[in-house]
Amino acid sequence: MFEYAPAPESRSVVDLKPSYGLFIDGTFVDPTDGGSFKSINPASEEVLAEVAEAGAQDVERAVRAARKAYDKVWGPMPGRDRAKYLYRIARLIQERSRELAVLESLDNGKPIRESRDVDLPLVAAHFFYYAGWADKLGHAGFGANPRPIGVAAQVIPWNFPLLMLAWKIAPALAAGNTVVLKPAETTPLTALLFAEICQQADLPAGVVNIVTGAGETGRALVEHPGVDKVAFTGSTDVGRAIARSVAGTRKKLTLELGGKAANIVFDDAPIDQAVEGIVNGIFFNQGHVCCAGSRLLVQENVADRVLESLKRRMAQLRVGDPLDKNTDIGAINSAAQLERIRELSDAGSAEGAERWSPPCDLPDRGFWFAPTIFTGVTQAHRIAREEIFGPVLSVLTFRTPAEAVEKANNTPYGLSAGIWTDKGSRILWMADRLRAGVVWANTFNKFDPTSPFGGYKESGYGREGGRHGLEGYLNV
Amino acid sequence: MTATTTSARSELSELGRSETALRTFLHGLPGVDQVGAEQRAAQLGTRSIKTTAKAQAIDLAIRMVDLTTLEGADTPGKVRALAAKALRPDPADPSCPHVGAVCVYPAMVPYVAEVLRGSGVHLASVATAFPSGQAPLEIKLADTRAAVAAGADEIDMVINRGAFLAGRYKEVYDEIVATKEASGDAHLKVILETGELATYDNVRRASWLAMLAGGDFIKTSTGKVPIAATMPVTLVMLEAVRDFREATGRQVGVKPAGGIKTTKDAIKYLVMVNETVGPDWLDPDWFRFGASSLLNDLLMQRTKLTTGTYSGPDYFTLD
Repeated sequence: MFEYAPAPESRSVVDLKPSYGLFIDGTFVDPTDGGSFKSINPASEEVLAEVAEAGAQDVERAVRAARKAYDKVWGPMPGRDRAKYLYRIARLIQERSRELAVLESLDNGKPIRESRDVDLPLVAAHFFYYAGWADKLGHAGFGANPRPIGVAAQVIPWNFPLLMLAWKIAPALAAGNTVVLKPAETTPLTALLFAEICQQADLPAGVVNIVTGAGETGRALVEHPGVDKVAFTGSTDVGRAIARSVAGTRKKLTLELGGKAANIVFDDAPIDQAVEGIVNGIFFNQGHVCCAGSRLLVQENVADRVLESLKRRMAQLRVGDPLDKNTDIGAINSAAQLERIRELSDAGSAEGAERWSPPCDLPDRGFWFAPTIFTGVTQAHRIAREEIFGPVLSVLTFRTPAEAVEKANNTPYGLSAGIWTDKGSRILWMADRLRAGVVWANTFNKFDPTSPFGGYKESGYGREGGRHGLEGYLNV
Repeated sequence: MTATTTSARSELSELGRSETALRTFLHGLPGVDQVGAEQRAAQLGTRSIKTTAKAQAIDLAIRMVDLTTLEGADTPGKVRALAAKALRPDPADPSCPHVGAVCVYPAMVPYVAEVLRGSGVHLASVATAFPSGQAPLEIKLADTRAAVAAGADEIDMVINRGAFLAGRYKEVYDEIVATKEASGDAHLKVILETGELATYDNVRRASWLAMLAGGDFIKTSTGKVPIAATMPVTLVMLEAVRDFREATGRQVGVKPAGGIKTTKDAIKYLVMVNETVGPDWLDPDWFRFGASSLLNDLLMQRTKLTTGTYSGPDYFTLD
């Protein structure tokens, strides 16, 4: 047997303060009413830091700071000068990527392999990419001299804390807006380190403001009358509430919500790579991915073979300490999320689907869930319809391409889909018919700042990334 | 072996009888997606193997080395020295294991045999008009018989790439069968020369062809063309031996050869073996490295782990 010895990434690269204030107008300030909450490490339940809870008055201060910066500094600034700040931020992110990756893994629970090799490179790439647009907005296809919108309120989720921050802040700033961003309450720490990077980059005060807190803080922010634009990534329920609250106002809104993506494997697929794609589709980031391939649609005539390969591959997944460089699956982000995954998985068993997990030892402390697949799932099962947002795959079969399309589209969501086949014409035929914002062919969960990302139907509206991502931050 | 694998085995052994059956079978194997295979190989390369795991991997890698010299300039003196090194890679440390085999041209086999006799180190010889394989079959078989007669217990043959690329699969198959027969009790390693096959689909087909024809090992390269062993090529071959055992119950070994020069590279390969085919293949009987300079790097890293300091290259024998 070849046992890998522990290979932990050092925590000492991160210099965490015991407590953090709100980042408003270029400095860290205490919240007006002094409220705070704790951010914990989901892999050990240890407290990492105490974080200020922003109330309505703090949100008011932040929006006012953003407005002032927009009117006086950032709005009037030539694009090429804004670009300099964004390039500087991008470089600082690269320089401090190890520190940011370790902190992301500590606060979120995701394996260091992913925060190091996926999250951080994409975060830096996003800032580099949009820095390039800042002085070329007239060539983006939105008129000769498109204007920014103003103050953007941005609320982001806990699954890719820093990456979602980058997706929101980089295009907003490139287009000339200022922002007030609220990170998720379970993962605020990398956003606060990002605030320090803004200071290090000498970004003018008030251009980026970060208010930490939970749902109430988010509500105060998106409902604030001084906000011109709301951008939200998170659950469809909260997205609906936000859409209602901004209805009838002048605020522009983009939403990136849930998903229940189909990963479709045809009988002529490259099986070994398809299995990798299935694993990457659902077990990447513990399945906490809105575009996760959570429904495997496999052609019935190869289902046994694919499932056998998949199970063999799943037995190789290493679940455990997120900071170990050999960990494939880290901790579930919170007790609440773990509870939801358990509830839906139990429903899967209760409704008659067959449950399988490879043998794996889960740590005693922290929030953990073994990678799981359900076979014998039909469209009628809850686990085939509801977003689980965890390492749980529902396997369904189909017989013909038309049936695959029908099943893939038979969901209120429409964020992403995957197609695995050796036949190029079939990829194109399928992609034309799938009602999903992103369709991956012979790959999955592939991201690039140049590529627009967003949903159909209840997965939201608006696009992030690419030239299209500028539209949500321009007055067009 | 279960009843299904026995029947599958006899079905598969029928394939070699007809060109059409072989072609239908080989072209019916699932394709390989190039991007995906390369991505998976790269991902396996990011495993971090430290301390005890590293020590274990280094010793295993040393035991898997086919210490090779295949030069026109090889002499009895040169190959004897190489054989001596194979027996005691690190003269300063008796706990260091010996390598898997020494690999030389047929003419050099007798000299190596004298040194290795009774040591447990295998003696491999390339044959079949290595490296091009472009000779009449009778000559290739005579080459093989001569190597075995001189004392080789492993034969590294090359497949007929010209026939393979022209789609004459049966010809390739028949040559392997004939060479296997000419090898007698010697283990047959079939060199696919993957650098000339060019695509992963071809690598998968050639792997199956070699296994169907009775090869005991499949090997990537001769080391004589610009592209030798790579991680993704070896990954595709490992998947093939895994699937072949599943279908027939017979286990076939894998030997990447050429271009593997550092301990870090060797460990990446071992990780790939571990996570693709599992511990059954983590043994010199089932996995080998065709290499020469790799051994000294393994020895340097081994010394570093045991003593805590790096010794210069002068402390390791150059043979």
